[in-house]
Amino acid sequence: MSTLTTTPPGDATQRVTVDTGVLDRRLATHVSLGQTVAQTMTLAWRATMKMRRNFEQLFDVTIQPLLFTAMFAYIFGGAISGSVKDYLPVIIPGLIGQTVLTACIATGVQLREDMDKGVFDRFKVLPIARIAPLAGPMVADLVRYAIASTLTFGTGIAMGYRPGGGVLGVFGAILLAIVTGWSLAWIFTWFGTVGKTAQGVQGISLMVMFPLTFLSNAFVPTATMPGWLRAFADVNPVSHVISAIRELANHGQVTAEVGWAVLGCAVVVAIFAPLSVRSFNRKM
Amino acid sequence: MHTNDTLAVHAQGLVKTFGDQRAVDGIDLEVRRGEVFGVLGPNGAGKTTTLKMLATLLPIDGGRAEVFGHDVSREGHVIRQLLGVTGQYASVDENLTATENLLLFGRLQGLSRPESKRRAATLLEQFDLTEAANKPISAFSGGMRRRLDLAASLITRPPLIFLDEPTTGLDPRTRGQMWDTIRELVDEGCTVLLTTQYLDEADQLADRIAVIDRGVKVAEGTSDELKSSVGRSSLTVHLAERDDLVLAAATARGLVGEEPVPSPEARRLSVPLERSEQAVDVLVALREKGIGIESLTVQKPSLDEVFLALTGHTADSDTDDSASMEAAS
Ligand SMILES: Nc1ncnc2c1ncn2[C@@H]1O[C@H](COP(=O)(O)OP(=O)(O)OP(=O)(O)O)[C@@H](O)[C@H]1O
Ligand SMILES: [Mg+2]
Repeated sequence: MSTLTTTPPGDATQRVTVDTGVLDRRLATHVSLGQTVAQTMTLAWRATMKMRRNFEQLFDVTIQPLLFTAMFAYIFGGAISGSVKDYLPVIIPGLIGQTVLTACIATGVQLREDMDKGVFDRFKVLPIARIAPLAGPMVADLVRYAIASTLTFGTGIAMGYRPGGGVLGVFGAILLAIVTGWSLAWIFTWFGTVGKTAQGVQGISLMVMFPLTFLSNAFVPTATMPGWLRAFADVNPVSHVISAIRELANHGQVTAEVGWAVLGCAVVVAIFAPLSVRSFNRKM
Repeated sequence: MHTNDTLAVHAQGLVKTFGDQRAVDGIDLEVRRGEVFGVLGPNGAGKTTTLKMLATLLPIDGGRAEVFGHDVSREGHVIRQLLGVTGQYASVDENLTATENLLLFGRLQGLSRPESKRRAATLLEQFDLTEAANKPISAFSGGMRRRLDLAASLITRPPLIFLDEPTTGLDPRTRGQMWDTIRELVDEGCTVLLTTQYLDEADQLADRIAVIDRGVKVAEGTSDELKSSVGRSSLTVHLAERDDLVLAAATARGLVGEEPVPSPEARRLSVPLERSEQAVDVLVALREKGIGIESLTVQKPSLDEVFLALTGHTADSDTDDSASMEAAS
């Protein structure tokens, strides 16, 4: 009726043949790296389609930077830097740090929502890399970080900000912002994989996001803070990222801050990526 | 366990426990290649849990299972390449159109872009969804969703298909279409393992049926075997004249060898049948005696009767009652 041939163990593929003609294919015993990348890109495509269809998902990287930039500049400009124009070089990089972090939160919350949906049940039963449904959206979210940082710069420039670093400096700053977004997103992705509900993930994410952004040099120089607060703000990786963005955008300089920022991001990825992958795999 | 070439699914003593509840309690299944195998059971019987274990979606707590000779627990990736699974609830992406969904699943499984497109178009055609191809799923009816869900399981032409309650919630016409589709799959050489709550559906589709209840297999066989072991059909006739009732009862008794049950107020007579064909004999005999008939029905044993006979309790009562579960086990 049918034949079944299995090649000796150690061979990556096996052959199963059934006379019906339906099944005569090579069966892999594992997913190759190339396939993993292809599957991740396919799922990134799915995530971008979702973004395009649900435009409100992009509010946090479109409307919010526009509003916040104008608001913060006009409200705090005079008090902190003497004038709005003088405050822009301080606040624009600060806001980039803040919006990118906000965008990261959505990565975790949406992953949680996604995992509750029916389509995830199908991902689980497909012969795909178990990590692809997590990695795909993270690739797509690079677009969100790019939009957020570009729009914030754009709004600043429209308000009179003239970055001293020139095109190259701004480009470098945007790149760093994207790298930061992707790295810090692992923290929130981990919340997404361990949280029970999307709302819970959102709550805990905000609790982490607020101290990280406000207890940093994003909006005010740390010199004005009390000693203990300043100690935290100075080691906060977000501070280093914002300093690095400032130096890139305002002076076109790649300073030690860029190194610290990248190192900080690397540490975050080294801790939270394995944690996320492990708890995600448990649910896949 | 020795590999059996003729079996698509071979499960022995499957067990799944949730806390201290044994949702699946030692189920054996043997699904032959090219057949439709039905798992019949009431709510909470453990149908979905069994299917999920076989589909690598839930770890197997006890016993073991092979799919085409491959161990389900150890060779998950191989198993997933052999399976198409349509779960009890639709598992397609709400944010994508029907075509995009099929492209997504095709691409994920390594089909090239043109190949995925071709397969998607063929499947949409086959499932009567061509017109809705570019509509978002949120605009789909339940039946359309169900069909798309099945289509999504078939992109890579898997040799084994699991269908968890494929027609629950469908109207009779759509249900019939789904049955036709499942028959076509089998004609193409697929093996189908499906679950259902309807005896009728198992009867129509399945070559062999396992009845499970409270995690235990209580019967197995072809639909005819089950029905004859379980209960009998009956013929109910409404007579034109009440006066004919006695004569009609005597005539029927002579043919089926058992006492029909009359209900004179309604001029109704219920005749137990050993085999459904006996209904014809009874009707012909009544006509020959000149007894007028207003209407008639032939009833098969219902799922409730099947359950009553097989398990000693009805299908929908006390399935969630753990006290009576203790008593039953
Ligand atoms: N994840 C779970 N956690 C705890 N108990 C569960 C879980 N999944 C199923 N059960 C229990 O296991 C039993 C069998 O459930 P299962 O879903 O397999 O039934 P079913 O036969 O598919 O029923 P239905 O016809 O309602 O779909 C039920 O009593 C259910 O409450
Ligand atoms: Mg079920």
